[in-house]
Amino acid sequence: MNKYVERLFNGIIKENPTFVLMLGMCPTLAVTTSAENGLGMGLSTTVVLVFANLLISAFRKIIPDGVRMPAYIVIVASLVTMVEFIMKAYTPDLATKLGVYIPLIVVNCIILGRAESYASKNPVLPSIFDGIGMGLGFTVGLTCIGIIREILGAGQIFGAQILSLDWFTPITIFVMAPGAFLVLAFLVAAMNIVRAKMDAKGKPLAKPSGCISGDCANCGQSAMCTGKKAE
Amino acid sequence: MSDLYNVSSSPHVRSKDTSSRIMLYVILALLPTTLFGIYNFGVKALILILATIASCVASEWVFEKIVHKKSTINDLSAVVTGLLLALNLPPTLPVWEAILGGIFAIVIVKMMFGGLGQNFMNPALGARCFLLIAFAADMTNFAIDEYTGATPLAAMRNGEVVNTMDMLIGKTAGTIGETSAIAIIIGAIFLILMGVIDLRIPGTYIVTFVIFIVIFGGNGFDWNYITAQLCGGGLMLGTFFMATDYVTSPITPRGKILFGVCLGILTGLFRLYGANAEGVSFAIILSNCLVPMIEKITIPRAFGLVKEGKKHE
Repeated sequence: MNKYVERLFNGIIKENPTFVLMLGMCPTLAVTTSAENGLGMGLSTTVVLVFANLLISAFRKIIPDGVRMPAYIVIVASLVTMVEFIMKAYTPDLATKLGVYIPLIVVNCIILGRAESYASKNPVLPSIFDGIGMGLGFTVGLTCIGIIREILGAGQIFGAQILSLDWFTPITIFVMAPGAFLVLAFLVAAMNIVRAKMDAKGKPLAKPSGCISGDCANCGQSAMCTGKKAE
Repeated sequence: MSDLYNVSSSPHVRSKDTSSRIMLYVILALLPTTLFGIYNFGVKALILILATIASCVASEWVFEKIVHKKSTINDLSAVVTGLLLALNLPPTLPVWEAILGGIFAIVIVKMMFGGLGQNFMNPALGARCFLLIAFAADMTNFAIDEYTGATPLAAMRNGEVVNTMDMLIGKTAGTIGETSAIAIIIGAIFLILMGVIDLRIPGTYIVTFVIFIVIFGGNGFDWNYITAQLCGGGLMLGTFFMATDYVTSPITPRGKILFGVCLGILTGLFRLYGANAEGVSFAIILSNCLVPMIEKITIPRAFGLVKEGKKHE
């Protein structure tokens, strides 16, 4: 497999940030009340992620190791501010709905995680594809949760009424906070069942290996890692 | 008689109490409340009760089939869960919502955590709170036949005068099983006489709650007000049948008392200062979550051991 395609596959399926790495849980649980919100949040995070990976990868030899975190934050925060202004100008409705979660993309752990574990150690082009893959993985995760919550909680998909309110009583708990936890738990469980079935068939789905530098102590994903070195 | 002596490992003395026997006692104790509910609210109540019991038992059976576990529906705990859930529902609730509640109680609250004995929260109340959040309008619609007004607790909250005699007998609006204090107390006395429950949790619950509303209720020591608060809403049903659930209440004697105090204070807080008129079910499931901590701090000292802090004296 081409290494760029491999990066996309890695982000969307193998190390899906929502269902496998369990990163970025705060926006995942908070804004996925509808499919539209989930998609919007996912795409705006993708944009930030791609450009953050690009810039951090380009500057990786200039940024001194001791101040790399503040440097990453400055880069990410500038990008988020730009995305926020653009969204306010062109999609004001969505910007209002997502509210404080757009500025909070600055501290989204997917972005800092990819900067730390991938972009700061790899050339520009793979880093861009890593950003696209991870961002799309996040978007897919959020949109799936959003669709399920919107159908059960309001009988709608992307704002269109698909279940008639004549016979369907919306289960409002699904557009509230407890519903987010329930839906996420069931989707992760389903993902794990698929994984176990594939393992049993002898065609295991790729597990997150995560190790790029071999430096477990400073690795952002060491909690998820399956091939950890003995400490 | 055999000449052989049977040598076996301990335990040598066994109680005849089994899970299914205790569950049977609980079902018997709930009969007066159930029958009064059906008499009071008519055939709709009967349909709801049958629907939740059937959905609880069926979902336990199906879940255990799917995960290849031995079926445990014979221990009757699913029947008790279904019955308690129905008694906590308003008689007007659409049947499919009640069935969904039964599935939630068994599959999510009970079986996901490992089945009977492992659930950290009372399944019936977990499902009631799920339904209360999911279908807020249906779950608070108590208007049926002759009962068109608010429940007694809601009426009191609006400053209306309620008839405490009606509340004792149960001729008021409310959920299927909560209206009749007398029917509940008959069942509770049966359970206490059979040794299934003791008075530690219900006693401290009621005493704490009464003290709380006397101090903060704004009516001082007024018998009518206290009786109405005790008989109104789910307090009686909750204190005798759900707060005393073996699985989700503390096993230590001092822990039971602390648990009762927690329940009383939380119920008082929810009723006097909460958004809704009723708060018993939320108080109970919140206290269920505190049980591991309560047990940890009230664990009895084994004979001959010294308290940890005193070791170095």
